[in-house]
Amino acid sequence: MAGDVDFDSIDPVLVGRLLSRALDRGGDYADLYFQARRSTSFSFEDGRLRTATCGVSIGLGVRVQRGDATGYAYTEALDDEAMMAAATTAGRIAASTSTSPAPPRALTPPNRYAQEHRTTDAPSEEKRSLLARADRAARAFDARVTRVTASLTEEDKEILVASSDGTFVRDRQPLLRFGVHVIAEDPKTHTRQAGSSGGGGRVALDYFLLPGRTPEHQAREAARIATVMLDAKEAPAGELPVVLGAGDSGILLHEAVGHGLEADFNRKRTSNYTDRIGQMVASELVTVVDDPTFAQGRGTINIDDEGVIAKPARLIDRGRLVGYLQDRQTARFFGTESGRGRRESFRCAPMPRMTNTVMLHGPHSAEEIIESVKFGVYAKRFSGGQVNISNGDFVFSLTESYLIEDGKITAPIRGVNLIGNGPEVLAKVDMLAADVEVSDGIWTCGKEGQSVPVGVGCPTTRISAITVGGTKVS
Amino acid sequence: MGSSISQHELDKALEIARSVVQEAIKRGAEVAEVEANLSANLSSKVRLGEVELIEQANTFGLGLRIIKNQRTSTAFTNDTTAKGLRAVVDDVVTLASYTEPDPLLTTVDPAELVRTWPDLSLFDPSLEMIDADAATQLAREAERAALDVDARITNSEGASLDRMESAKALVTSGGFEGGFLRSQISLSVSPVADDVANKKRTASFFDARRHRSALMTATEIGREAGRRTVAKLGATKIETEELPVIFHPDAGRSLLALLYSCIAGEAIYRRQSYLADREGTRVASEAVTIIDDPLIAEGPGSRPFDGEGLASRRNVVVDRGSLSSFLLDTYSAHRLGKKSTASAARSASALPSVAPTNFVMSQGPDAPSCILEDTRRGLYVTSMMGFGFNAATGDFSRGAEGFLIEDGHLGRAVSEITIGLNFDDLWGRIDRVGSDLDLRTRFATPTFRVARMIVAGR
Repeated sequence: MAGDVDFDSIDPVLVGRLLSRALDRGGDYADLYFQARRSTSFSFEDGRLRTATCGVSIGLGVRVQRGDATGYAYTEALDDEAMMAAATTAGRIAASTSTSPAPPRALTPPNRYAQEHRTTDAPSEEKRSLLARADRAARAFDARVTRVTASLTEEDKEILVASSDGTFVRDRQPLLRFGVHVIAEDPKTHTRQAGSSGGGGRVALDYFLLPGRTPEHQAREAARIATVMLDAKEAPAGELPVVLGAGDSGILLHEAVGHGLEADFNRKRTSNYTDRIGQMVASELVTVVDDPTFAQGRGTINIDDEGVIAKPARLIDRGRLVGYLQDRQTARFFGTESGRGRRESFRCAPMPRMTNTVMLHGPHSAEEIIESVKFGVYAKRFSGGQVNISNGDFVFSLTESYLIEDGKITAPIRGVNLIGNGPEVLAKVDMLAADVEVSDGIWTCGKEGQSVPVGVGCPTTRISAITVGGTKVS
Repeated sequence: MGSSISQHELDKALEIARSVVQEAIKRGAEVAEVEANLSANLSSKVRLGEVELIEQANTFGLGLRIIKNQRTSTAFTNDTTAKGLRAVVDDVVTLASYTEPDPLLTTVDPAELVRTWPDLSLFDPSLEMIDADAATQLAREAERAALDVDARITNSEGASLDRMESAKALVTSGGFEGGFLRSQISLSVSPVADDVANKKRTASFFDARRHRSALMTATEIGREAGRRTVAKLGATKIETEELPVIFHPDAGRSLLALLYSCIAGEAIYRRQSYLADREGTRVASEAVTIIDDPLIAEGPGSRPFDGEGLASRRNVVVDRGSLSSFLLDTYSAHRLGKKSTASAARSASALPSVAPTNFVMSQGPDAPSCILEDTRRGLYVTSMMGFGFNAATGDFSRGAEGFLIEDGHLGRAVSEITIGLNFDDLWGRIDRVGSDLDLRTRFATPTFRVARMIVAGR
């Protein structure tokens, strides 16, 4: 049981009463979203576990829809009076005669998470030891490492979704994120740099036994980036060929096309992909899927936050736009299936969101792609990105990148941004490798103030030209 | 549901906070500190004249921090039942046993706690009169005004009116007990215009105030959003070159927020900031003065006392280009061998950390129109996007939108470019500062000009 709520007491009778109240003044649809979330985070600093925090967040969100209008209310008190009051408030959006909910039909979702050994049940001492190992490894990496902070955050979220169409389904979603942050300073040059690395997902603690997932590995990566970047040069500014490394670069895809393919923007006709289903929106090399089924992935879900079992969806097929990301409301509008209605918590109404968004493999190899570039940028790690949905313009920022000179990766460069337009950049994907990687679980996606965990991934990718926002004019 | 916030809620928050502090002390904590918030929210979103979403709720949050044997831990909950409040104390006591002693842990000297504080006029009791219908009406008016600006505005991402009232209480075992009421009303509009090549342009505009009477009218807000959206039509890239860059206050304040992240105490002792060793040195041009001032009446970041119970005070951070003070809470001050600048706020879990209040760049002598006229060729930046900032080095590079300046006038719209410069140079090259400061947001700047920056385009 996550938090201090007994989900077994939320039975079809209670749900039926609340939904009936919500639809008291009519309305086409109503749903209930019960949530109990418990999270703990540990913060290791100055060689000691400096602080730990745990939190409980429980509540019920009630939504009523009439046409395109939504009434939403929530309560944090799960007593009968407070829940009925929330149902009444949400129901005010409607103004006709009452409608009745369908009888609840319990649904058993698939399991795509590590459910057996929840990290929240493991002794805190084990987590302290993971952080201490990271701290030691980062300090041992290089004498120029001056500060190390490491953190581990775990969450156990239980949800129950019930709706007026008879949906009645529960899910329990574990989530873990581990991160190491390093500062390196060079006393000779008086330069200072930061490096970070991390990972996680809907995993158990055995995740840390995997190669490339140990605390030592994350620590060395963070220290490696910070020390490599101490010697970084100013980046060139202007249009250049860019090679995106496999994995983390999937954030480009997430920003450049993912958001624009969220069906709410297309229903409202505010996305630059509006009315473009069936058209070429990328080079023929590009196939993009959104897949919520990856085992234990950060963006993985069994059901979405509207109680629908989430299935893989193909968004772009060999350059052609074939689908949007749908929630219930947009799926009704477009006459298709939903399964991407997500929300940050019971305090928010759901909307179409991504899960794990991945560009599939192409015919080239990473080596031949790098060899093909005379002068350009190799992008390896990103701190984040942002898109303007209405026209597809995006920006993303690199935390680790290098020059490519005469087909070879050479000097590290600093302060680099890539800016472009989603459809234009995807049309310029002219080489794609077979080495698809999914980024380790670190990404959080923000939309209209709501954050949800997501996964990104891609193979090594060449973009023939993109604007590099460096500080050096060649 | 939907009940409003008044002194009664504040008393209730104080009472809960007091009881949790007592319980934690009873359970062996040497220090216990609780912050509790009760708030009421209403939001109405309208799109193309129709109601899209009405949200209404009351919310509660409580955070507890304890210190025991030089160890600290925190916990938070939104469960106000007796069982929930007992659980938060259990959690925090258990967690404290896992953490390790920190010899630098310290709390405020009780003699320094503030006993009385000013009324900063942060609460407007009349906001509760705005019900869902009235909120919808205001959002509709604002959107209508935006759509009426120009026939090329054909769509809308909507308009929304949000109001929030809250009661915040802080109780510490060191002897502080205080609380205050706050309110905020905001109205935002995002019209969409059709541009060539399937592109759409949108520029949202909002106003946000503590008092209803200070809010711009719905029509004014809508017109401004419409004007900004139409101005973006036809935006294109420009060639890569070095240019003078003028920052509109909406872009300027995000630069200021990044600078704040480099002078906050945690970033200094963690050495995550390029300014870590720079106190007393020149970090900006003489035209730049930056002040963190929590005492501005009706200010968006104002508060009568800080998160540790110290009297709110005005801190000059940058004085005519010289870095005069970092912003510190008790812990970061102790780590740096200094005194707190009364800059603490509490996270949801009641862990104190440094936070900005009204973090403001002082206005200068020039009308923004003069700065523009004196710029023969340059870039006028109205908004930025992306996360291209490295606090450890000060390297800055972000995407930008705005207008080309030609012969001292705003020319064609520009998009899909980036601007970049190390922060030392960026702040050092500010040569003109406008007289148009507006305290709509807690980070605020007037219009200002950076003499030269790399603008990366084609």
